Amino acid sequence: MPARFTPKVVTANALLDGDAVWLTEDDRWSPLMSEAELITDEAHADLRLLQAKARASEIAGAYLADAQMGDDGPEPVHFREAFRTRGPSNYAHGKQTEVPSRT
Amino acid sequence: MYVYNDFDETFVRTRVAQFRGQVERRIDGSLTEDEFKPLRLMNGLYLQLHAYMLRVAVPYGTLNPAQMRQLALIADRWDKGYGHFTTRQNIQYNWPKLGDVPDMLEALADVGMHAIQTSGNTIRNVTADHFAGAAADEIEDPRAIAELLRQWSTDHPEFQFLPRKFKIAVTGAAADRAVTRAHDIGLVVVRNDAGEVGYQVIVGGGLGRTPMVGKVLRDFVSKADLLPYVEAIVSVYNLLGRRDNKYKARIKITLHENGIETIRDLVEERFNAIRAGFGGYDQTLLAEIETSFAPPAFVTKATDGYEAARLANPAFRSWTDTNLSAHKAAGYAIVSISIKKHGATPGDATSDQMRVMADLAETYGHGELRISHEQNVILPHVHQSDLPAVYAALRKADLATANIGLASDIIACPGMDYCALATARSIPIAQQIATRFDELKIEHDVGPLKIKISGCINACGHHHVGHIGILGLDRAGVENYQITLGGDGSETTTIGERAGPGFSADDIVPAIERLVTGYLSLRADPSETFLQTYRRLGLAPFKTLLYPSEDKADAA
Repeated sequence: MPARFTPKVVTANALLDGDAVWLTEDDRWSPLMSEAELITDEAHADLRLLQAKARASEIAGAYLADAQMGDDGPEPVHFREAFRTRGPSNYAHGKQTEVPSRT
Repeated sequence: MYVYNDFDETFVRTRVAQFRGQVERRIDGSLTEDEFKPLRLMNGLYLQLHAYMLRVAVPYGTLNPAQMRQLALIADRWDKGYGHFTTRQNIQYNWPKLGDVPDMLEALADVGMHAIQTSGNTIRNVTADHFAGAAADEIEDPRAIAELLRQWSTDHPEFQFLPRKFKIAVTGAAADRAVTRAHDIGLVVVRNDAGEVGYQVIVGGGLGRTPMVGKVLRDFVSKADLLPYVEAIVSVYNLLGRRDNKYKARIKITLHENGIETIRDLVEERFNAIRAGFGGYDQTLLAEIETSFAPPAFVTKATDGYEAARLANPAFRSWTDTNLSAHKAAGYAIVSISIKKHGATPGDATSDQMRVMADLAETYGHGELRISHEQNVILPHVHQSDLPAVYAALRKADLATANIGLASDIIACPGMDYCALATARSIPIAQQIATRFDELKIEHDVGPLKIKISGCINACGHHHVGHIGILGLDRAGVENYQITLGGDGSETTTIGERAGPGFSADDIVPAIERLVTGYLSLRADPSETFLQTYRRLGLAPFKTLLYPSEDKADAA
């Protein structure tokens, strides 16, 4: 039996500055994971990933990452993806200081 | 120090111009990422977790003050005001923007530096003993041959698509400070019975997924034969190395699968075939290079001031006890500047600190700096009478930590704070361990201890050869840290032994503390180091320290 499909988001790095970005339902690349489209259907996930990869002049290295719905939108499941929403732990660099939250 | 000739200069400038065009075509959409990726990797540009990363080679770890200042300028202008020195004698910038990278490379070319072949399946930056040219125990400065190897390997048409990456390390002394036995090729300067200087050639060492200690392929290769002999090794590997499985592609596996006798025979055969083709030009070139590594004009001065300062200032005395090494010239010392302040990120230096170190090298150090594979910066030639002034300046720049070779002088790879390959974080573990030992105030009593941390199996943090090695893994979605003990990266290279089950991020620091404080009661006397105690007693008593409750359960 194939493994049950777990919810996903499409994520990549922005081409120019390498910042982690997520694909939104209205086809934007957002620096906030909470704005990502949470995909619960496997066929739709594959399609969205193909569409993302076609946008080669905006991003690099698109892939599907596990996610779950939280209070403010999609949240990471794995610690690696959680680090990508924040930045490194040794300096206040990256998103934790440079990207304003939605609210 | 070697200065680029017209050929080097033209080659590096041409490469920058090519890469500038490639970046433009990537940004305007004419190149896809799949097309661009191999091009950017050839020029040292990675895409990491939060940003791009530019890896710049510091060939054989040698820098002059102008180069160090330029690294600072690059950090300020195009990055976040700091750089990260690595175990490969590279410096990495963690936050460059794609469009700025060609300008960064141009700025490097301005001081005779580049990022070529710091990635990809090529011959990487040739590393060397960071005390080269200064160490009291050295037979010969290994940097001339390292520079010859750099020139030979850079853009070598036969070796741009090897089965896997290829690392060469060189040392001029029997005491191995360059971990030569954990490289694809390790070269150790030796003398033969006739007193001639040549090289012992070690092949097939490496850490990573399948750690192996290198084996001696030939006990003595003369200087004249070295380049064709090394070329023969890489050439044999290029054909024989496996390309079907990335994890079996390094020369250590080729050697293991084919046996050293077969490799030795094939290398001799290839060597005999190509040797004549070198025609002696490499020796002409080497002779030229050797003149640029002539020792500086050492001076003779009184050292009474140094002795008086040692007596007067306990903090200075402590620093001289840990951070100095024996120099070959009378009255001189090798200064290791610790880039491992307790609680700071191992190997990170701010642009201001880089400028201070450049100034000190210029004023007191005959214009030379070195980057060590242990992620520190070296002033190789400082007269003892200048040490108080050097120390005072380092103190002002927050660079005077007296911990070289001690528990808090930890090697740590960038780990999952930056690296896309990492399975766990390394930096915070290193920070916490160093902070804890600082609180305990025991590291000077503990003495020589090498703790090395890698955030994945690829072992950039050299954990296998740490007296205490820590490997960060992902165990079912949680960071987990495995300990190895008894590793050694010196001339008696040994791969550490796995101690048992891993520890969580919260439990790893207390576990290391138990090991180290426990060692203090296990050692025969204060002169017996951690490694010596481990070798005498074996894993068992250390395992009891690490897993005390299990031991009780077993006894019950």
